[in-house]
Amino acid sequence: MQYICLIYSAADAGPAPGTPEFGPYMQAYQEFTTLLKEKGALVAGDALQPATTATTVTRENGAIETTDGPFAETKEQLGGYYLIECDSLDEAIEYAAKIPTAEHGRIEVRPIMTFD
Amino acid sequence: MLPPFKIEQAINQIVREEWGRILAALVASIGDLQLAEDVLQDALEQALTTWQKQGLPKSPSAWLITTARRRAIDKFRRDSRFAKLQPELTYLVELESQADNTDEEMIIPDKRLELIFTCCHPALEEKSRIALTLRTLGGLSTEEIAKAFLDKPKTMAQRLSRAKNKISLAGIPFKLPDDAHLQQRLSTVLSVIYFIFNEGYTASSGNRIVREDLAEEAIRLARIVHSLMPVQTEVAGLLALMLLHDSRRQTRMDHSGNMIPLAEQNRSKWSEAKIVEGTRLLKTTLAKQQVGPYQIQAAISAIHAESSDWESTDWRQISAFYELLYSLQPSAVVRVNQSIAVSYAHSIEEALTLLASVENEDAMLGYQPLYAARADLYQRLGKREEAIADLQQAIELSENSAQAEFLQTKLELLQS
Repeated sequence: MQYICLIYSAADAGPAPGTPEFGPYMQAYQEFTTLLKEKGALVAGDALQPATTATTVTRENGAIETTDGPFAETKEQLGGYYLIECDSLDEAIEYAAKIPTAEHGRIEVRPIMTFD
Repeated sequence: MLPPFKIEQAINQIVREEWGRILAALVASIGDLQLAEDVLQDALEQALTTWQKQGLPKSPSAWLITTARRRAIDKFRRDSRFAKLQPELTYLVELESQADNTDEEMIIPDKRLELIFTCCHPALEEKSRIALTLRTLGGLSTEEIAKAFLDKPKTMAQRLSRAKNKISLAGIPFKLPDDAHLQQRLSTVLSVIYFIFNEGYTASSGNRIVREDLAEEAIRLARIVHSLMPVQTEVAGLLALMLLHDSRRQTRMDHSGNMIPLAEQNRSKWSEAKIVEGTRLLKTTLAKQQVGPYQIQAAISAIHAESSDWESTDWRQISAFYELLYSLQPSAVVRVNQSIAVSYAHSIEEALTLLASVENEDAMLGYQPLYAARADLYQRLGKREEAIADLQQAIELSENSAQAEFLQTKLELLQS
């Protein structure tokens, strides 16, 4: 099964760039990604630009409507994702808990729907 | 031919005793909880007519499993939605070809542990874990579970179906957790069982008869888990705790439903059988020296069970057990319970100091037992005003009428 791990955290939470903690934090991400690769679990994964760069799009009577900002204005915003291949939810949870941001943010784990 | 009511009785008894085992075995071979439940339900309906004509089969459980599996094969073949379950289909057909005679004795693999760990998966909402456990392992109907939780049957049915849907779609596995997670997952299972027991035991709301069944059901579930995991001392601890608590069931309320506190219960009416079983189990468990919160609480309950009256209770030992419990589980709730023991073992002032040390914690906000305990301490100290104020708070915070009425009587006595 495939699961997407959506990484949420507050803008001011976690190590900020330029602080001594930031290096090890990025290092931890690299190690985690390597682990996924080694286990053959990595399908895809990316970090996103901050939520302030988001544009929310909808279509009203055929016309494109855009709003500046993310879909939901919550304290915790989507900052990145991993798409992983696992045997079960237990395994997916295990990986999700290893994502460095899980320390100060939250990871939403969702199974990917398959059409067959 | 057997009279219809006999067949129904037999089926009801099988559902009562064997539902969980049969369903678990079916889930193991079919791989889908909802489908397993549906085909088992179909098999039960078929049993009603077939057994009436042909009499009871030698092994009703084996008959039900084989019939249910055949139904599953039919459904697999007819319904493209089950296409993803192809491996299961192959496996089922194989099983089917082995069992050519439904009357044969069949060894039913015991998969109830896998089932309970699945139903109590932490990715499910707590209330759903409880409902699902009652439905799948207890064989309680959706209506019965709804009644126990004062929910509408429809709401409960939706909750159950949502939970089963999540298990299937999110890939919650039908297997035991690995060693690294076993203790944490087991503690979730145990808290589900203990919750079911307390719902029955405290009869906080709802129909009392249904509620008492819940206490029995919790004990039955603990027996199952204990028999399958005999080395887990906390499972035994919880079973002992519930047996010891339950030994006092008949004396906890008078005929008109008024609460009778432990101090005033007629101890000669406590169930000797449950006390003996509970204490014996606790002793052999404690000897394994892997102590945990349930075992300690059972030990406290055992001291009460062995005391001939309230006054001669070994309060020092109870207080010491609470201290041990607090070291494992540092919660304000433990301190509130401990304060009563301290007030008898040491002094009321010490008990009040203990309460004062936790009363400002978040968990104590609106915590009824804190006010009830403190009212009792103030009353015994002769501090009437303080006792009245706390009692009024406690009454306001009471979750059930029996408790509120009990405290109300106390309040009226104080005020007169």
